[in-house]
Amino acid sequence: MESYFNQDEKLLVFKVSEEIDDYKVPEIRRKADYEIQRYMPKKIIFDFNNVTFMDSAGIGLIIGRYKFANLIGATLELANLTSSIRKIFEMSGILRLVPETELI
Amino acid sequence: MNKSFDNEMKVEFVSKSSNESFARITVAAFAAQLDPTVEELSDIKTAVSEAVTNSIIHGYENKIGIVKIIAKLEGQKLIIEISDKGKGIEDVEMAKEPLYTTKPNLERSGMGFTIMESFMDSVEIESILGLGTKIKMTKTIKKPNLEEYEKDFTMVTK
Repeated sequence: MESYFNQDEKLLVFKVSEEIDDYKVPEIRRKADYEIQRYMPKKIIFDFNNVTFMDSAGIGLIIGRYKFANLIGATLELANLTSSIRKIFEMSGILRLVPETELI
Repeated sequence: MNKSFDNEMKVEFVSKSSNESFARITVAAFAAQLDPTVEELSDIKTAVSEAVTNSIIHGYENKIGIVKIIAKLEGQKLIIEISDKGKGIEDVEMAKEPLYTTKPNLERSGMGFTIMESFMDSVEIESILGLGTKIKMTKTIKKPNLEEYEKDFTMVTK
């Protein structure tokens, strides 16, 4: 997973490239939380463009990061969801709290 | 070969979460014989991943055990059995409830069974405390233009 921070917008973007399952989530979580603490952004986006697989471990990952974002007064959004990934997020209801956004 | 099904495979592996990817890809490769769509294949991989994760996390609680997968093809129907000899599920009905998890502190969503049930046609859970859990899931893969195909076939054989 790569990330970049836009200082002007206080925007932190995570470009996830792992398959999101129970095996990979701890590593993604560790990296994400480290970067969030380092930059203290106002807005966080998870970009799923390069994610080829996700199961319910992804729901836990996003709920956890949503809570963290809330704690520091940041918003969290998701970009480039495939139909399979969107279906999983829709089932959990998380998209009501963490909306989809456009990201090129 | 037993006539009640057309093909069968069996695979066993150690309950390490690094094997989750191996498990779902293996079943998907086997199911590919039925010509599933990309979406159907993705649904199968997700359902397998959920069941295998349950065996590893909840069945064996990250101790070493064996997870077994048997997959069968019966016409266009895919049958998957995923079993472990772990601790078993105390309350199966409770476990099936969306958002119910015994490990909320570990950011578990409790959506595993809900996802299996909505991505597969049927999901059966057999669990005995102290002996283990077996999940049986089925999904029928639609054949594209089957009616057209049958019509053509009838014309040819008449």
